[in-house]
Amino acid sequence: MADEVVDCMGLICPRPLFETIKRLKRMRAGQTLEVFGDYPLSLPEITESMEKQGQELVSVTNEGGVWRIVIRKIK
Amino acid sequence: MTKLTLVVFSGELDKAVAAFLIASRAAVEGWDVVMIFTFWGLGIIRDPDRKLKKKVTAEKVFDVAMPRGADDLQLSHMKMLGLGTSMMKGRMKAKNVLTVREMMKEAKEFGVRFLACGLPMELMGIQSGELVQEVDEVCGIGRYLEEAKDADVNLFF
Repeated sequence: MADEVVDCMGLICPRPLFETIKRLKRMRAGQTLEVFGDYPLSLPEITESMEKQGQELVSVTNEGGVWRIVIRKIK
Repeated sequence: MTKLTLVVFSGELDKAVAAFLIASRAAVEGWDVVMIFTFWGLGIIRDPDRKLKKKVTAEKVFDVAMPRGADDLQLSHMKMLGLGTSMMKGRMKAKNVLTVREMMKEAKEFGVRFLACGLPMELMGIQSGELVQEVDEVCGIGRYLEEAKDADVNLFF
């Protein structure tokens, strides 16, 4: 179970990424964030951005049109 | 650090949406982002709640004709006497897209800097006290060029 959750169902690009970043900013290093949504382009956008920023991707799933990303805040 | 400068010359809904989203998208990637608002683009950064007395007729005309802030913008195409704009705003709401005013606040939260160009403000009679608080400073062309010369990407909206 992640420390925090961001529900991005029904949100389109780039808002899921922006909501993810805004929430991460308010979290402490080491905490985990689960983000889920249904807009397909946001999945690679969020995972690529998190990798570039040096955050840890704990898990990524994509089933039945809903993706889920668990991120551990590193910095 | 990668740097992006955007000149926002137009005061239209669709162009403002594109400009703010590109600016924010770059800022979350860690880019240094500066938006320079000039001429019609100044209408986007007017604060509808901050009204100042206009002195001469031309200033009063600009005051009435220009958009009163980010939520008062019209589409650049498909105007249809305002129907196009209402339709687009309705679609944006239905698709959970933020309003332009909210996008501006979000861009600021991500670290985008806002500059307002002084010359057109003088010509149109727009005073700095009428602008939204997100505006960092009113500046001249030289300041824009200083920012733009180090930029990796420069866009004109």
